[in-house]
Amino acid sequence: MYRIVRKEVLNPQVKLLEVSAPLVARKAKPGQFVILRVYEGGERIPLTIADYDRNKGTVTIIFQEVGKTTKLLGTLNEGDNVLDFVGPLGVASHLEGIQKAVVIGGGLGTAIAYPQAKELHHMGAKVDAVIGFRNKDLIILEEELKVVSDRLFVTTDDGSNGNKGFVTDVLEKLINEGNQYDVAIAIGPLVMMKAVSELTKKYGIKTIVSMNPVMIDGTGMCGGCRVTVGGEIKFACVDGPDFDGHLVDFDEAIRRQSMYKEHEKIACQEYECKLGGAFHA
Amino acid sequence: MPNMSLKKVAIPEQEPHVRNKNFLEVALGYTEEMAKEEAQRCLNCKHRPCVSGCPVNVKIPEFIQLVAEGDFEGAYQKIKETNSLPAVCGRVCPQENQCEKYCVRAKKGEPVGIGRLERFVADWHMQNVREKIEKPTSNGIKVAVIGAGPAGLTCAGDLAKLGYEVTIFEAFHTPGGVLMYGIPEFRLPKEIVKKEIDLLKEMGVDIRTNMVIGKVYSIDELMAEGYKAVFIGTGAGLPSFMGIPGENLNGVYSANEFLTRINLMKAYQFPECDTPVWVGRRVAVIGGGNVAMDAARSAKRLGAEDVYIIYRRSEAEMPARLEEIHHAKEEGIQFKLLTNPIAILGNDNGWVRAIECVEMELGEPDESGRRRPVAKKGSEHEIEVETVIVAIGQSPNPLIKSTTEGLKTHSWGGIIVDEATGATSKEGVYAGGDAVTGAATVILAMGAGKAAAKSIHEYLQKKHGK
Repeated sequence: MYRIVRKEVLNPQVKLLEVSAPLVARKAKPGQFVILRVYEGGERIPLTIADYDRNKGTVTIIFQEVGKTTKLLGTLNEGDNVLDFVGPLGVASHLEGIQKAVVIGGGLGTAIAYPQAKELHHMGAKVDAVIGFRNKDLIILEEELKVVSDRLFVTTDDGSNGNKGFVTDVLEKLINEGNQYDVAIAIGPLVMMKAVSELTKKYGIKTIVSMNPVMIDGTGMCGGCRVTVGGEIKFACVDGPDFDGHLVDFDEAIRRQSMYKEHEKIACQEYECKLGGAFHA
Repeated sequence: MPNMSLKKVAIPEQEPHVRNKNFLEVALGYTEEMAKEEAQRCLNCKHRPCVSGCPVNVKIPEFIQLVAEGDFEGAYQKIKETNSLPAVCGRVCPQENQCEKYCVRAKKGEPVGIGRLERFVADWHMQNVREKIEKPTSNGIKVAVIGAGPAGLTCAGDLAKLGYEVTIFEAFHTPGGVLMYGIPEFRLPKEIVKKEIDLLKEMGVDIRTNMVIGKVYSIDELMAEGYKAVFIGTGAGLPSFMGIPGENLNGVYSANEFLTRINLMKAYQFPECDTPVWVGRRVAVIGGGNVAMDAARSAKRLGAEDVYIIYRRSEAEMPARLEEIHHAKEEGIQFKLLTNPIAILGNDNGWVRAIECVEMELGEPDESGRRRPVAKKGSEHEIEVETVIVAIGQSPNPLIKSTTEGLKTHSWGGIIVDEATGATSKEGVYAGGDAVTGAATVILAMGAGKAAAKSIHEYLQKKHGK
């Protein structure tokens, strides 16, 4: 059992939990992930480590309530427990030697881009951060990112924060203004990572993306998380989750992500029925 | 007078058309009368050929004699002298290649049903005896076991009996390894595995789940934490794919993923349990081993109408247990033998629509001694399916290798050990089971766990003995 020591609601769908897991915190690095299971009978889901505190022995996760498991996770409060919490899994991001980076976060991906920006900043690298959301109510981690970046650009699809556009618009502008980057780190929805990778390829900027496919064990056992990178099959759990964005087959990844859409719907309906039932009882 | 019937006493089973729709155990087991009757078929040979066919040398004629006399608990204790998981072995051992292969009765008729008797004895004990485990006196020496599968559990049990303080580190949330995630409920009920593991816990073995060694601790860190020896029993977890076009289409699974979803995550109880599994109306399983049979029979139970086993050699070369092949056929699994997949074909949405195969014929024997299958020209054909499950084998997980300095491995990933002792190239570190041999059987892994426990004891006595 792993106790939740802090909970924060970042926006109506996105929540933060700080979980007591000293052994995971002791080893965690940016880019790695955990697998958790909320209760007996629950799924194992992978979540990228958003932050960690080795002294307190805690690991922070940030998640969007999209399926049954994340909805259930969102109902937990400080003092509650999750049943299983395994990690740190995956290969840590290779950030050494980077002097100037642009870190791009799309929606929830911002939560995963944050530890990378933070680490780069602590290493003394120059960091431009570009984060994008559908509207201003969904913006997360703006204050935190300000602290660890040299410049922060926040865009919204609908312009409700006064800055309409996509992250790729800002990125292209920065490149055209003559900014030179050793690397672009793009984390967010697959379509956004694809768009960023296509753009940076044009300008020859090395690009790292973080894949988050369907996964069960997280140790290389099931192969459910396979992605095609440069024509080769890779397992995101042990070979990644970071990959070269210019080599990832995003169209395949987008298709594979839809594999359990129908099941996900059934699970959610069932879950909401049960919640409804509880209110009537 | 021994019972001279040429056939084994039949074991009651669920009817094929009933059981292929549920996940309950196929075989129902002998009654006391049936067990005694079968036990009387044993000739109690002096030279005991069956015993030498058993990787853990169960005292077979002795335990069968006790069954014939009706002393079932005595028989259980006799098996337990050398085998720590009899209820498991009685169900999943390939007896036809081991003990029963050497049975004198097999020269004319069927061998004695050693597996069925072992299973009966273990089940009788579980039902009738409330075991009181005496926790051995601790010798204060800590040993770490990595992986709670057959090798690790056996090694841990033997070391605990000798007084060592054993901690098992398991990556999954449940101990049992392949017994939990791989072998289906209808062949090995999980309740039985849990009971065997509970006995270990009562003996004082500490099992820590959710611990991926190589990530949360390295082996060197474990030794720095005071573990005087380490046993690696991490199995063969890395699934092989064929490298043919279409393997990343939606609807293609490794057998590992398919079976883990079903067995460990209980996808057959979806949506009561949250993990789904996707099974089409028609399913192709590629491979001819036990894992392929398990996947095919599970797919049938989940409602697939047509389930095909696609295997490139003939039935005689199939590595699966005879009983599993027999059960699969009874349950309506269709065998496409001498057939080799060359591509998986998708529809416009990227889901599997068919598998393209060629027919094979057997040529000259290859280095394994089995006749090498050769493709027949112009025999390409499509089989329409919605799901493909790849069950062509697993290799050892590279996680330990890549995080342990000084641990030598073969190029294919297996850990190199001294065959007799299980000692690796790193002092105090031993290994056994599929992590060493590549995918093999439960009983061989148990045998390796046992041998390693003995070597670890000798090593620690020399080093830390008083």
